[in-house]
Amino acid sequence: MATAVGSLSQPEDRSKIWEWMTTVDHKKIAALYGVTGFTFFLFAGIQALLIRTQLAVPNGTVLDADLYNQLFTTHALTMIFLAIMPLGASFFNYFIPLQIGARDVAFPRLNALGYWTFLVGGVMLTSSFFLGGAPDGGWFAYAPLTSTEYAPGKNLDFYTVSLLILGISSLMGALNFAVTIINMRAPGMLMMRLPVYMWMTLVVAFLLILSLPIITVALIQLYFDRNFSTHFFSPEAGGDPILWQHIFWLFGHPEVYVLILPSMGIVSEVLPVMSRKPLFGYSAIVFAGAAIGVLGFAVWAHHMFTTGLGTVPLIVFSASTMAIGVPTGIKIFNWLGTMWGGNIRFTTATYFAVSFIALFTIGGISGVMHASPAVDGQHQDSYFVVAHLHYVLFGGAIMGIFAGIFYWFPKMTGRFLDERMGKFTFWALFVGQNLTFFPMHFLGLAGMPRRIYTYDEGLGWETWNLVATGGSYIIALGVLVFLINFFKTMRQAPTAGDNPWDGGTLEWATSSPPPEHNFDVVPEVRDRDPLWYNRDHGIAAAPKPEHLHIHLPPPSYIPLVVAMGVALLGIGALSHIGVSVLGVAVIVYGVWAWALEPTE
Amino acid sequence: MGRSGPRRMIAIVLSLVITAVTVWLMYIAFVDSADTPQTTYQAMSDNAQLAQDVYTIIFILAGAVMAGVIALTLAFSFIYRERPGQQALQIHGNSKLELLWTLLPVLIVAAMAVPTFNAIAVITGDAPEDSLEVKAVGYQWWFQFQYPELGVVTASDLHLPVDRPILVKLESKDVIHSFWVPQLSGKVDMVPGHTNQLWFTPNTVGEFMGQCAEFCGLSHANMRFRVFVHTQEDFDAWVQSQLAEAATPEEGLAAAGAQQFTMSGCIGCHTVRGNALAMGVIGPELTHFGSRTRLAGGMVENTEVELRRWLKNPPAMKPGSIMPNLNLTDEQIDSLVAYLYSLQ
Repeated sequence: MATAVGSLSQPEDRSKIWEWMTTVDHKKIAALYGVTGFTFFLFAGIQALLIRTQLAVPNGTVLDADLYNQLFTTHALTMIFLAIMPLGASFFNYFIPLQIGARDVAFPRLNALGYWTFLVGGVMLTSSFFLGGAPDGGWFAYAPLTSTEYAPGKNLDFYTVSLLILGISSLMGALNFAVTIINMRAPGMLMMRLPVYMWMTLVVAFLLILSLPIITVALIQLYFDRNFSTHFFSPEAGGDPILWQHIFWLFGHPEVYVLILPSMGIVSEVLPVMSRKPLFGYSAIVFAGAAIGVLGFAVWAHHMFTTGLGTVPLIVFSASTMAIGVPTGIKIFNWLGTMWGGNIRFTTATYFAVSFIALFTIGGISGVMHASPAVDGQHQDSYFVVAHLHYVLFGGAIMGIFAGIFYWFPKMTGRFLDERMGKFTFWALFVGQNLTFFPMHFLGLAGMPRRIYTYDEGLGWETWNLVATGGSYIIALGVLVFLINFFKTMRQAPTAGDNPWDGGTLEWATSSPPPEHNFDVVPEVRDRDPLWYNRDHGIAAAPKPEHLHIHLPPPSYIPLVVAMGVALLGIGALSHIGVSVLGVAVIVYGVWAWALEPTE
Repeated sequence: MGRSGPRRMIAIVLSLVITAVTVWLMYIAFVDSADTPQTTYQAMSDNAQLAQDVYTIIFILAGAVMAGVIALTLAFSFIYRERPGQQALQIHGNSKLELLWTLLPVLIVAAMAVPTFNAIAVITGDAPEDSLEVKAVGYQWWFQFQYPELGVVTASDLHLPVDRPILVKLESKDVIHSFWVPQLSGKVDMVPGHTNQLWFTPNTVGEFMGQCAEFCGLSHANMRFRVFVHTQEDFDAWVQSQLAEAATPEEGLAAAGAQQFTMSGCIGCHTVRGNALAMGVIGPELTHFGSRTRLAGGMVENTEVELRRWLKNPPAMKPGSIMPNLNLTDEQIDSLVAYLYSLQ
């Protein structure tokens, strides 16, 4: 960062960068999360293309085993922690205050710290490629393959340290979002008037608050096993590798819902607005979302059906996993109910949202299939599971995120993304992902295991692997067109207007893009869709007051200082303790200055 | 509403046709993929069949749900597409419908759960008393198979008698591996410090493919094995042949190979019963190496060409191979090949 500032000669440019580095405005932080998250999304996509290129034909020679193992590990880590989660955090940041009628999040500086810490963790994880080797034990990092005996390099230390840092970032974000939604709602916005997107955000925040401490413990244990010769997970000294699996998946499964629930929320915003009718079964969708969140903590062992759990645990966890199918089914039917009887505008956002219903259903129903341990004995660790999880995470999470981008872009920038290019992106993503991921069901059926860098010919895997690789390039084309669309749109004049889709939630009550203080007058909420209520009851928006006396928190460089302390602490954990001590000193200084910083 | 008449019919028919074609194409691909060498859907044992029957029920239910949702999504997209003069129905929900589609998933998962629990109780239950016990041990990156009752040890090839229950005890010497022969049994992990087990009764004579199914490091992809199910007589004959000790060749190239086997340090990692010096336990036992079908952890066929390639530079063939490159000359390899193939 410092070099970037130094290399620019224009004073106004320098102040612009300084403005972004010290901002505590939730919309600017959202933009930072969005751009960074999308950059990592591209990076993880390139990793996926390399993987698919290697697997296009039997006995591929594009990658060697070592690089392949690094790539499939970091593809998952990057997509989960550096792309989908921050893109979710970007929308949370932008739309929590706007949808609940607040001026900012509850803790603006903590919000900034969350972003800078995320950036530190992301850069650290990615830098491992250039500093001796990226994590190569799978994102699940099963012991004892991750012990120093089987993984002597620094690869797995990069994994533990950067995930710990990313966990801190997510935890700060989640606490901030939960406090904001619970405490800062506009007058009249009861909990059961919250937009569904806010409900899903709240569920995600609680999932993170409850699950991140669990993975933090596991990562510290792994770090200690590797660096201080403890034996939590080493069987020869009385530790147990299965313990790692229990702790990891107790976090790992709720994490899946952290990835998918935000997109379920987005779809629940887009569908009613585009269908021009209220969401079908609001309370059912809200309670189903909460039920998914609660049940999400009771199903972790279905990732471990093949580890020899025994008959009774298999049956219990099979039952709890199948039970999740019920609230999920309720949501799917309610989205269909929302379309039913509508007058649906098929914008690009609608395409993404509608395709989400079908694609997520495929991923959801295959999930229920391997909820049966009998079936899972054949599915587990085969390409069938790869197909399943990508239908959930690409067909679900990513399609939802694109729906959100096209839906909210006019609000965030005042500009419409080009619809023709947008529809091209949609079709490329839709066709591409079905070509990539549906054949993986067949590969799993034909007995192809996951995480293999090579396979022999003659197993009947050639055709579908080649098709899957072709599909992945179509996805890449769609994303490329989206990027062109983005840069082209950003050069146009903002003409979208306040409420281009005739949306009913509060973010559409302010200008596009919104002013720094969000609302000139905090609106009063009388209904779940307050703008539709006001429209139908002839209630005019409150006039703009002549003088705005709005207190906004001033910019602060201190979050950046604290994040740099965290970076030093992490670098020290990977190199020399002295650097960590310096990092702690910087953090202590930062927190001290934070406490004393004037807020006027 | 105005959403009736021929237009609505066309939309419904179109949705059903698209859905039917999609499901039909998937079904063709499904049948095609089920007929492959390592298929998960051609059970050749009792317990694999039990799991496959559950699989069939669940497949049909899942397919029906998928087809239903795709058809509804398409139909609603066609029927309720924006048209001038149309009004959207302003409704917030419908309790009866919502109750219906809460109960529907409950019924579907119940229909999946009951056969699942029955099957699980059998598959993970105790093996029959008269089972033949096999101990399968995972190593980075090969499978060892021991027959404690018969005193036989082998690697990468697992020989079994037909129609007799087999109890496989699963262990690992290093990291977690997973024992998977799709046509005979669902996978169960081999976890260091634990002894897991699975059982099944093979019902067909033949050759079946197995592969490690838990990511276990650099050469996970190369950790494969074969299962040979024999008639009882053939199996007994195989056991007899395996019980014999290896004779150390007295003359010719094979004799030179036996010496080379000692001099190159092979004896430090490999056991050859009948060769008093070769007592290593790090690599696979080689007493009957010549009779094996697979080489290098099941990676390749056991042919002279592959064996030469392997001896020349093991890690180049199998990344991360614990057997190092011994920098053998071609002459040394000639003699070793002759010796190893004398171990029938």
